[in-house]
Amino acid sequence: MKIGVPKEIHKGERRVATTPDVASQLIKMGFSVAVETGAGAAASYSDAAFENAGCEIVATAAELWSQADLVLKVRAPEDGEEKLLRADQILISFLAPGQNPELLGQLTDSGATALSMDSVPRISRAQKMDALSSMANIAGYRAVVEAAQHFGRFFTGQITAAGKIPPAKVLVIGAGVAGLSAIGAAKSMGAIVRAFDTRPEVKEQVESMDGEFLMLDFADEDGTGEGGYAKVMSDEFIAAEMALFAEQAKEVDIIITTALIPGKPAPRLVTAEMVSMMNDGSVIVDLAAETGGNCELTEADKVVQRDGVSIIGYTDLPSRLATQSSQLYATNLRHLIAELCPEKDGNIVVDMEDEVIRGATVCKDGETTWPPPAPKLSAAPPQAAAPAPAPAVSAGKKSVAGPVIAMVIGALALLALGAVAPPSFMAHFTVFVLACFVGYMVIWNVTPALHTPLMSVTNAISSIIVIGALLQISSTDTVIMWIAAATVLITSINIAGGFAVTRRMLEMFRK
Amino acid sequence: MNSAGIVTMSYIAATVLFILALGGLSNPETARRGNWYGIAGMAIALLATILGVVTQQYVTLIVALLIGGSIGLILARRVQMTQMPELVAILHSLVGLAAVMVGFASFMDPSAHFEGVEHTIHNIEVYLGILIGAVTFSGSVIAFGKLSARISGTPLTLPGRHLFNLGLLIAAIWFGREFVLQAAAGGGLEPLIIMTVIALIFGIHMVMAIGGADMPVVVSMLNSYSGWAAAATGFMLSNDLLIVTGALVGSSGAILSYIMCRAMNRKFLAVIAGGFGTGGGTVASVGGEQQGEVVPIDAQETAALLAGAREVMIVPGYGMAVAQAQHIVYEITRALRDSKVNVRFGIHPVAGRMPGHMNVLLAEAKVPYDIVFEMDEVNEDFPNVDVSIVIGANDIVNPSAQEEPDSPIAGMPVLEVWKGKTTIVLKRSMATGYAGVQNPLFFKENTRMLFGDAKDSLDAVFKAL
Repeated sequence: MKIGVPKEIHKGERRVATTPDVASQLIKMGFSVAVETGAGAAASYSDAAFENAGCEIVATAAELWSQADLVLKVRAPEDGEEKLLRADQILISFLAPGQNPELLGQLTDSGATALSMDSVPRISRAQKMDALSSMANIAGYRAVVEAAQHFGRFFTGQITAAGKIPPAKVLVIGAGVAGLSAIGAAKSMGAIVRAFDTRPEVKEQVESMDGEFLMLDFADEDGTGEGGYAKVMSDEFIAAEMALFAEQAKEVDIIITTALIPGKPAPRLVTAEMVSMMNDGSVIVDLAAETGGNCELTEADKVVQRDGVSIIGYTDLPSRLATQSSQLYATNLRHLIAELCPEKDGNIVVDMEDEVIRGATVCKDGETTWPPPAPKLSAAPPQAAAPAPAPAVSAGKKSVAGPVIAMVIGALALLALGAVAPPSFMAHFTVFVLACFVGYMVIWNVTPALHTPLMSVTNAISSIIVIGALLQISSTDTVIMWIAAATVLITSINIAGGFAVTRRMLEMFRK
Repeated sequence: MNSAGIVTMSYIAATVLFILALGGLSNPETARRGNWYGIAGMAIALLATILGVVTQQYVTLIVALLIGGSIGLILARRVQMTQMPELVAILHSLVGLAAVMVGFASFMDPSAHFEGVEHTIHNIEVYLGILIGAVTFSGSVIAFGKLSARISGTPLTLPGRHLFNLGLLIAAIWFGREFVLQAAAGGGLEPLIIMTVIALIFGIHMVMAIGGADMPVVVSMLNSYSGWAAAATGFMLSNDLLIVTGALVGSSGAILSYIMCRAMNRKFLAVIAGGFGTGGGTVASVGGEQQGEVVPIDAQETAALLAGAREVMIVPGYGMAVAQAQHIVYEITRALRDSKVNVRFGIHPVAGRMPGHMNVLLAEAKVPYDIVFEMDEVNEDFPNVDVSIVIGANDIVNPSAQEEPDSPIAGMPVLEVWKGKTTIVLKRSMATGYAGVQNPLFFKENTRMLFGDAKDSLDAVFKAL
């Protein structure tokens, strides 16, 4: 099968759907790869590099579309590209079927099969194909770089001969993939990073990136929605949240907002009033600009100056880091193609039974297959945890009666023994019981690291049983004498062996 | 001169020295000195007995001591550290055998005279001494066979094995009664021999029914039995030194068994009843659901991960001993420590086939003991660990022990490696551990599988470093 990679025609799009490295891996899977000339130029992948990787360079888009069986793109088809699609072709790209019903209709009518990278279900197995996460990661990183570009100071704090430089304070709103990536990037540049999210379980993740998680004094509401995304919160919660942001706005130098709710306009989190409260020279990077912006003043694809604050509303942040994002996107695509081509023979099988492929496929054989049936979410741990307390309780009850009965029986047995045993036996028995207690006290102090030497040394000293044989060896009865001699022999193996091997082991324990 | 008094005083000195020897094991520095106390105690006890009690057969005695001693020293010198559990098991069997032989000799000794209740008590002591000795002997021999892979490690589960054990126990008690009755009249050899055979069968059957993962419990339990055998012999011979030493060893083994059982969250009786990992329908259902996709990793990537980490935790298991990988583990540890990576070892109490087995192997590979930690010491640190390496361990790092209340290993304390940033599991295949339970750790998002022989894999990792 032939894979075709056209040049992206969307204005300002620098990414490309494959890289020379990934192309050579696709060729190993049995495909042939054709790339439109100049497709990778904006992402620093030259035609020559593609040719070296074994790709064919095709002069025009029309020619490429006509040759290819499988077309890989970044952006959804536009400006007549969708018309080039044939019924026997497969298209994989970002399609955003929810936002583009018109395009979805056109694709369906063409009879082709289309897979949307943004519809890959969010399950563990599909992580390696999750292009949204890859792109979000890059967007988060790039957001910090853009902020640094427009921010007039260092991120890191320093004490220099020319005076003290305070570290920049960064607030990241929304700790998803992009938010965490931004936290990591800002932190590694030396800034003080705070983060806020409506989902309390991301606190740990924020803290693992060395960020400070801002808690809202609003205990009962959990913002976790389906598939790990956030959901719309109650009015009270939003009021408390806004108060927190207003307070932070006075203090921080940079705000990076990444709050998105799937299928809804971005929540308004930073008002014009908050912007006016910020220090001059502050920067806001709004990653939600495409869906309306988290900041009231954001204008998509522009940098706005308001009250001395730069508000960055770029919607093409991944594209601004085109080499990196092309590489990650191409790898995500390669993983998806590997799923589609289980035999590694260069043939695509769109298996609608497979959860991942089913989720990504938006149309096939002239029928719209989007939205897919609800994904099977990974088993919820709370269900598993619930039955746990029951056995613990019953175990607790059982353990009270057992020892008491055992102790009563033991005490009775000892009293019965005392009633009949002669005094000499009682003397030995006293010694025995005391020795058991001494042993108990001593052994609990043994460090677990030395349990093996403990066993070998107790082994050696338990051969003190040799004393018994020594007492018998002088017997006049030859049978007894020989039994005793044999006992001496085997116990002396034990004595010498036990002590020697203990010594050998202990010699090895060195600091 | 009162030679009996001097002998008794020497015995007291030996007793104190033995206690000091065990007490010394509280830390590796004092342990070396402690071992010398033990040797001194043994020498004093032997000399006092030979000089003070023995009257004839010095030549036979010395020859036997020399031959036995040399065999012991050769064994101790030749044994591989990975074979320590086998050596310990076979040495236990010798104690058991000695207890049986001393018991028989004592029974046949014509010079002993007891009357009335004392005679009965003496006979019961003889009977008990031989019983415990015989169980220790045959059980240890089977344990040796299992540990050295001469006998299959899978538990033998005869139908109605609990009834069989119960039958043996009742038979042993009945023959005990017969023996005491007959011995009072001067006979009794026959029931004594029958009982010995029963005890031997019991020992064999008991250990045969126990699976490989429960071996630490078995070895420490046999350790305990060898002590009780010595103590019973002490009662039989009215010798306090034997009683004290036997009690020390017996309680030591009992505590070890307890620690091992607690580390597996299992009842001692359940371990002894045997058959772990084969029974129950829950195993299959749990194993079936937890399937997912594993993410393999190669040696280069492993090396890159390790080189980029700040905190590395190594969790060894029996697989490391099998692959003899402890030396290369140390080489990697040293290379990482030289490049300022904090490498630590986390040891589960039942890792390996014997209490403390992993510590000995790591010590042999010259891993300094101050970076080797117990489970409880490191478990809270896992969230700060960048890379955990699990070498040939399975059940001791199984999250289902905490997450699935109906798992066969539910409640067993485990090393929480999955809380670290990345976990690399070295494994030969996707087979389950001894408990027969699927391990969800392998399917976690932050787990990477490095398949292959642990030693070969680690060699490759070391080269890549």
